[in-house]
Amino acid sequence: MSLFIVNILDGLVTGLLLFMLCSGLTLIFSMMGVLNFAHASFYMLGAYFGYQISTYVGFWPGLILAPIIVGVLGALVERYGLRRVHQYGHVPELIFTFGLALLIEEVVQFFWGKSQMAFEEPEILNFAAFSIAGNAFPAYKVFMIFVAMGIFMVLLYILTKTRIGMIIQAALSYPNTVQNLGHNVPLVFMGVFGVGTAMAGVAGVIAGPVLGTFPGMAVLLGSIVFVTIVIGGLGSLWGALVASLLIGWLQTFAASYNVRMADILEGIGLTRPVDMAESALRDLWSLTLPQIGPILPYLLMVLVLAIRPQGLLGKRET
Amino acid sequence: MSTATDSPLTAGTRAPLIPLASAMPWIIASVFLLALPVFFPSGSALTIMNQMAITIIFALAYNMLLGQGGMLSFGHAVYMGLGGFFCMHLLNRVEYNELYLPLPLLPIFGGLFGLFFAIIIGSFSTRRAGTVFAMISLGVGELIAACSIIIVAFFGGEEGVSGDRTMGPEVFGFDFASQQEVYYLTVIWLVISALAMFLFSRTPIGRITNAVRDNEERAEFLGYSQRNVRWISFCASGFFAGIAGALFAINFEILTEENLNLATSGSILLITFLGGVGFFIGPVIGAIVFTLLQTVLSLYTEIWQLYVGILFVLMVMFFPGGLTGLIAMHLVPWRLGKIGLLLKPYGQMLLPALAFVFSAAAVMEILFHARHAGTGEEEMSLYGMTFNSHSLTPMIIALAVAFASLMVIKRLAPSLKDAWDEANHMRAGERDEP
Amino acid sequence: MNRFTKALIGAAIAGLSATAAFAADPIKIAFIDPLSGPFAATGQQGLAQYKFAAETLVNEQGGVLDGQKFEIVAFDNKISPKESLIQLQVAIDQGIRYIVQGNSSGVANALTDAIKKHNRRNPDKRVIFLNYSAVDPALTNEKCNFWHFRFDANADIKMDALTDIIAKNEAIKKVYLIGQDYSFGKAVASAAVRFLGEKRPDIEIVGNELHPIGKVKDFTPYARKIVSSGADAMITGNWGSDMVGLGKSVISAGFKNPIFTYYAATDGITKTFGADGEGVLKLVGEGQLNPPVSDRADAYTKAFKAKNPDLDIGQPRITNVIEMLARAINDAGSATDMVKVGMALEGMEHDSIWGTKVKMRESDHQAIQNVHILAHTKDGITHDFDNSGFGLKAESTVEMASADAPTTCKMKRPE
Repeated sequence: MSLFIVNILDGLVTGLLLFMLCSGLTLIFSMMGVLNFAHASFYMLGAYFGYQISTYVGFWPGLILAPIIVGVLGALVERYGLRRVHQYGHVPELIFTFGLALLIEEVVQFFWGKSQMAFEEPEILNFAAFSIAGNAFPAYKVFMIFVAMGIFMVLLYILTKTRIGMIIQAALSYPNTVQNLGHNVPLVFMGVFGVGTAMAGVAGVIAGPVLGTFPGMAVLLGSIVFVTIVIGGLGSLWGALVASLLIGWLQTFAASYNVRMADILEGIGLTRPVDMAESALRDLWSLTLPQIGPILPYLLMVLVLAIRPQGLLGKRET
Repeated sequence: MSTATDSPLTAGTRAPLIPLASAMPWIIASVFLLALPVFFPSGSALTIMNQMAITIIFALAYNMLLGQGGMLSFGHAVYMGLGGFFCMHLLNRVEYNELYLPLPLLPIFGGLFGLFFAIIIGSFSTRRAGTVFAMISLGVGELIAACSIIIVAFFGGEEGVSGDRTMGPEVFGFDFASQQEVYYLTVIWLVISALAMFLFSRTPIGRITNAVRDNEERAEFLGYSQRNVRWISFCASGFFAGIAGALFAINFEILTEENLNLATSGSILLITFLGGVGFFIGPVIGAIVFTLLQTVLSLYTEIWQLYVGILFVLMVMFFPGGLTGLIAMHLVPWRLGKIGLLLKPYGQMLLPALAFVFSAAAVMEILFHARHAGTGEEEMSLYGMTFNSHSLTPMIIALAVAFASLMVIKRLAPSLKDAWDEANHMRAGERDEP
Repeated sequence: MNRFTKALIGAAIAGLSATAAFAADPIKIAFIDPLSGPFAATGQQGLAQYKFAAETLVNEQGGVLDGQKFEIVAFDNKISPKESLIQLQVAIDQGIRYIVQGNSSGVANALTDAIKKHNRRNPDKRVIFLNYSAVDPALTNEKCNFWHFRFDANADIKMDALTDIIAKNEAIKKVYLIGQDYSFGKAVASAAVRFLGEKRPDIEIVGNELHPIGKVKDFTPYARKIVSSGADAMITGNWGSDMVGLGKSVISAGFKNPIFTYYAATDGITKTFGADGEGVLKLVGEGQLNPPVSDRADAYTKAFKAKNPDLDIGQPRITNVIEMLARAINDAGSATDMVKVGMALEGMEHDSIWGTKVKMRESDHQAIQNVHILAHTKDGITHDFDNSGFGLKAESTVEMASADAPTTCKMKRPE
């Protein structure tokens, strides 16, 4: 039971971290109709900038400055890259962001090399907040939960309660009408892209010390982020939240419980082959849940797309 | 196929199916390919040419989706990889005398395996085009790549499956131990597959694929199920990808997880796009250029992937038609007989452009060396010069050259644009010369 | 301009002296390992070590035979088996007859297979494969061949040594095994189960699992299981970011007991663990840097560090590869008769810089040498890693580990 509670908390951290990426990505998608393949690369940039700044002035200024730099970079990419490619259609846009993801990875290696950076959590949070049956829960993870929650609240408030939020929502559905009303829709797009990437940057800074700051971090998270927003429903903020938490818990619990395929197979009445080395199905028999944990999100996505193409909470088909 | 005027294939039709004029490029290409080993007989050159040939087939197959069908796949390595893995197991069966199969026929089986999986996966993934198709292809690709590590009995885990191509029955005295014999085998399959893919694009179904790409609804109104059309071209693409996989198995005698993963799928997208998706020849050029970049550039610089990344992003931004698109842009001036007008501005531009490329590369090389070289190794050599990468002078020189050449380019740009406009327009009184 | 002229003259002089030095054709050694991509750091470090070893241990001592020098030629295989085979072909075309490689057993499997085929198909262009780091036991067991020589202790040997140490520690009652889901991870786990069962049947293996290689973002759930299992020690074969991720998660989840591992040093890993790893991380491996075994070893390490301040001697065995190859060529009296060189290398006994005897066993071409348990610590470190102050200190040593371990290799020697 205590392990279960710890897993709930760990899954929450993973899920919320995922959400910080997914919320920006899904907003960008619903505005511009383009899935930003490079979104996780901005997350990586956030971690690297955060690390670099932390070596000069410490973690906290990095937490503020790095996302701002990432956001400005994101806005520039939108203004001078995406907007240009937009005229060629959606497929070149997707290819552009794909190329950008490759390029950012190379640029990161160009400046910081290929090794893992020694990015540490701030000393002040480097203690166990509490522990459940011997399992320590680091204070830093509590901090991560609060940051992610805070960002979600602010985002929700801005989108639903403020004037700029109204314009964004209107621009989502009726860009031309909003443009005719005198609003600068391209500027709104650029702003949303900048804010979305800045949020990925925040996620990068706070995840860097825990999940490691290395050139492969974007690829490792990148496809999961897509999978999450596709499952949640493209363009749906609540969908992104639900799917992020779902995947966070799915992965945590799958890794935690050693459910063995052999037990299941024997449970349904099959007998274990005597000579395992010769059996073509030997891998099926030795399979455990943690082994297949990382592919569960993909399986879930293919299922969702096959059954409910608009995603869990999505309103429209893509 | 050469002089097809009186062949039974075309009997009764008004025009020959393959007129001599369009057969000529194929004949020239085939002769050229068969003659290549005479000029490049070394084993490594043959290995690189083999790799190129395989990449060409794979890129052409990929372009059946992207260029002709408008379907962006992030997981096409799966069909090539699965075809290759199955062929590897067939090869091993042959080695243990459980199967009689001459090596040259193996690619057919690779193709059939690729086709088989394309039928299954395509049955649900081709229902939609665009983003949904791209996402499903990504998901399926990741799934199968991950499975390859888990299902060791079939995929061999991390070390993959290897075999020996020489253990089969000899064909006309060839046992395919030498790279040269393998080269001819690969090239013959390259010509066959390329021709088949070309002819496919000229069939009614190939044409309708284009129509579905351009406007799904209109094609649907014409009575074609857009989904079936996509599915059929997806299957055809899977078939040829499988052939490429079989040739890979023959060439390298090993298949690993790498043959299935996202990086391979991504690089074939890169290759195809670089070459140009709008033309049949595009992926061929892309495959040749990319393989050369990969092998030659990586000899000279550690950061070759960065250059390729920059080239790719610039290409998407400024020349979405790819390299072939760039060449094709000159067809209009050529037809107008005004290509000569461009020679002078191009000639003027050549020197500053080269200067800019080389100096910009120098800036990056110096920066990279300064950041990553150890103390005591400040000396670096570039373009035959040796200097200290930590001192400011080389950097300033490189930056100055880059800036100066950029200024010259900026200055020359208007005249180039004028010449371009002029070359692309017919004036009154001028006749359109064919 | 003055500077430029100087540089030009300098280059010219360097060129001249190079021609003079290489009057006798150098013996080229192809280094096929990742020099770009995620594992480039390891490859670059190995390359620097090879260059340094060839220079100081052979070339400055007058070379081999009649003064022939060693030249290391680097080939980037991007850690891909396919690319490795292409680079192997390029190397062979350049007339190179000695191949060194180490990173990834997958690549080593592909190379040894390809070299076996190549040597059979081209008896006049045979090559020898000097594997300095790939430790999959299969390479010197069912997949062994005459052309492959392994200089590192394989996964089984290391586990044999490691379990010797664990067996002596009465405090360890429960052990948790975790590793990457592929050949090497599985080899580590099965060896651990086998040896612990033989040496300390009372030890309970409270967990034995594999996780997907390179795909786990967050190791926290695994760490929770390990802590909850009440294990007194943990054994893992993880390397690269999987090692860092697992280690950090386990430590931050409150695990205070030893983590026995194979690869948790250099390339930024030592620095990343820093103080957290003190008293927890224990490595098993060959090559003792701290405390230095001799003045010679100390001087060698210092000289390497002076030349490559950002790199470390992460793979000490590289000196054995170079020294033993030089001896084999001298003994064979030829650098081109591969069978003779192979025969000379087979069974060779060598006194390593690192204070151990190295014996290249005839039966399977596996080097037998001392294996140490090395602690990640700050105390008593003469030569640190990653310039972090932390390094590896030898805690205990198993002399000539697994010298009599059986092998399934049926070596076929060329006539």
